[in-house]
Amino acid sequence: MSAWSELASQRLPRSEGPWAWLAAGSVALSLLMLGGLLLLIAVRGLGHFWPAGVVQLELEDGRALAGRVVRELPLEQGERERLYYTANRDLDGQVWHWLAVSDIVASERPRDLLVLERRFHGEFIGRLVEVGSVDFPDPTSTATADWNALQASLAELQALRSERDRLRREQLRPLIQQLDADPRDAQARRELAAVNERVRALQHAMQGKVAILESADGRRLVQPLDEILRAWRPNAMTTGEKLTAWARGVWRFLSEGPRDGNTAGGVWPAIFGTVLMVLLMSLLVAPFGVLAAVYLNEVAHQGRLTNLVRISVRNLAGVPSIVYGVFGLGVFVYGVGGSLDEWFFSDELPSPTFGTGGLLWASLTLALLTLPVVIVATEEGLARIPVQQREGALALGATRFETLTRVILPMTVPAMLTGVILAIARAAGEVAPLMLVGVAKLAPQVPVDAEFPFLHLERKFMHLGYHIYDTAFHGNDVQAALPLVYATALLLIGVILVLNLTAIFLRHYFRTRHGYVPRQ
Amino acid sequence: MRSTLPISIPSRFQPAASGSIIDFPAEASCFQVEALSLAYGGKPALQEISLRVPRHRVTAFIGPSGCGKSTLLRALNRLHDLNENVSHEGRILLEGQDIHAPEVAVDELRRRVGMVFQVPNPFPMSIYENVAFGLRLQGGLTRRRMDDIVEWALQAAALWDEVKDRLRASAWSLSGGQQQRLVIARSLAVRPEVLLLDEPASALDPISTLKIEELIRGLKSQLTLILVTHNMQQAARVSDYTAFLQEGELVEYAPTDILFTNPTLRRTENYITGRMA
Ligand SMILES: Nc1ncnc2c1ncn2[C@@H]1O[C@H](COP(=O)(O)OP(=O)(O)OP(=O)(O)O)[C@@H](O)[C@H]1O
Ligand SMILES: [Mg+2]
Repeated sequence: MSAWSELASQRLPRSEGPWAWLAAGSVALSLLMLGGLLLLIAVRGLGHFWPAGVVQLELEDGRALAGRVVRELPLEQGERERLYYTANRDLDGQVWHWLAVSDIVASERPRDLLVLERRFHGEFIGRLVEVGSVDFPDPTSTATADWNALQASLAELQALRSERDRLRREQLRPLIQQLDADPRDAQARRELAAVNERVRALQHAMQGKVAILESADGRRLVQPLDEILRAWRPNAMTTGEKLTAWARGVWRFLSEGPRDGNTAGGVWPAIFGTVLMVLLMSLLVAPFGVLAAVYLNEVAHQGRLTNLVRISVRNLAGVPSIVYGVFGLGVFVYGVGGSLDEWFFSDELPSPTFGTGGLLWASLTLALLTLPVVIVATEEGLARIPVQQREGALALGATRFETLTRVILPMTVPAMLTGVILAIARAAGEVAPLMLVGVAKLAPQVPVDAEFPFLHLERKFMHLGYHIYDTAFHGNDVQAALPLVYATALLLIGVILVLNLTAIFLRHYFRTRHGYVPRQ
Repeated sequence: MRSTLPISIPSRFQPAASGSIIDFPAEASCFQVEALSLAYGGKPALQEISLRVPRHRVTAFIGPSGCGKSTLLRALNRLHDLNENVSHEGRILLEGQDIHAPEVAVDELRRRVGMVFQVPNPFPMSIYENVAFGLRLQGGLTRRRMDDIVEWALQAAALWDEVKDRLRASAWSLSGGQQQRLVIARSLAVRPEVLLLDEPASALDPISTLKIEELIRGLKSQLTLILVTHNMQQAARVSDYTAFLQEGELVEYAPTDILFTNPTLRRTENYITGRMA
């Protein structure tokens, strides 16, 4: 009997079952969607740098093609269709080919198929015929492709290039500065001419060689070596070599500037601009937000007016960001910036210095945008400080100000950092207001350099979020830019993550520095 | 020996309940409360309280919960100033000086009248910095002098031996009893004339409580102590004088042994026997 009653008392809590499942299911679904999104972006973005194999095709109508498979779609009646990236824009005018699978007669992966990344016209896929002098290119040469000769010539070229850069950096620039200071320095003038002559000679040597290339259908092309950025033979590479090439590609993406109207190259200026802008924004928003919160919570008379201000501040957090952009444009750029130009940079007018969008105005606009978040978080932190801590300090003879600065504010630092974390999370992803107050499609010159005052607040800057938008919608070949869009998106997520984690670790440090908050 | 002769003070501030037996001269009083009434937003919490607190003695405030003990205690160092809703009438004199007089700086008053709360409230700093907190506010101390005072205060609070090897450790790493003694040391470091203690041992275990009580008894040679407690035995053990409050009124105020063994008023007796039982 007792066993029976025990069993009966163990019935499931009424109605909790389905709720718990529903809640858990929602969490699982959200996580799944989030994970799927990240995975999609990561695969599409990072896959772009993998030196994928190239195939050579023979079609039913006798045409020959070489390219990479991009994707495959089913047609009606079991038929399938494949998209090939065939490059060679200068030969074909188009780089994408949709082919019905049934039209393909033969498909192979010859080891000597070559991929070139070039400064103009994008990639080339085909074969190497010969490497020769620019003066006597022989487009009908029958020499066998010499991969090693190409490699050697490219290495030689690279050596010439770095020698030229060294000359420019170490000799040309100082001489020019010297002449700037004293234009009548005849000695410097002579030296300058000599160095210029050497640079020109190097330049000439660099342009001295060409490669003769042949596409899969036998058309030939004379390609100046100087315009070749990289060459590889994907079908001949081992997995290890591919991995190295992939890592190099990722590194170039992170460390170089964009090329070809943002459809190729790297995003370093955009990374730099994003991080710098967010850091500046944090530096601007934190003191203002904290002071405002201190005023609201500690100084102001707690009456109806204060509450009204508080509610307004909370509501400001919901204003669409583009509205802040308009405000920034009107007040910061045209208003403050215009006045600054009149007062301090009048000799530069009519070309504006501060009277146009720039780093400072963008940071200020975003600081304004995130101000409510910091105020609210700090206020909540202040309200959470046990009243005993205040009274303890007061009872030792501290004034209200001393209590605030020596006890209350140090204890509120984690809350302030929570505010900054939320601000970063909001600001780093904003694009709309930036388009009005200072972001640029292309600003290869980062706003920090060795030139006084080192940080150039008036400069325009690049931003990962805007870069995504620009690459995806304003390139001449959206299809080709798509992988870069994914890669940039992944990077933006990564940058925000790093910024946030830094703030979170900082907060953790301040929180646990003295053990946990005592019971209240 | 304490005189057992009841000496009534003929004063217009003699409490209406008139159970008080005061056996020390007016010059020996440190605090003098005169007809103090206090209200929270119009709701009265203290009514016409008059009493004198003897210098270098321990005075205990007892009474049922909500009778106004803490309210009275906090009035003595003007902690009520923070609360805009509090209004008061009457006067509080510290060494003959009205503490609400305009020339009295409230932070200086609070330095002279320290306070220890029910829940230990060390600051999130090191043990050393906690004790040095009040000293740093005053400034002008050399490093050596500061070290000396910190050591002295920790000795006085009977905590030195337990923490001398970890002065740089966080104060929050101490036990509750140690924290409360640290808070006492922190108060002592600024050399107050009076120390107010609001149920300082009610959150502590019996051993820690005993330590705090010993400490209180030992400290009265150096300063005046006022103790709020719910524990009758504690009041009997440590205090010299006891004031019994009820519903915001001072019912009876007398030397502790008299109040506990021979209270004048029925109300006092009822409360004490009820609580002692
Ligand atoms: N901040 C406040 N605002 C409004 N009323 C208060 C406030 N603090 C205390 N009171 C009221 O004043 C009266 C006295 O409170 P007080 O805290 O002085 O009592 P107490 O004797 O210390 O009680 P306990 O022994 O429980 O600590 C109570 O009725 C209480 O509700
Ligand atoms: Mg109390």
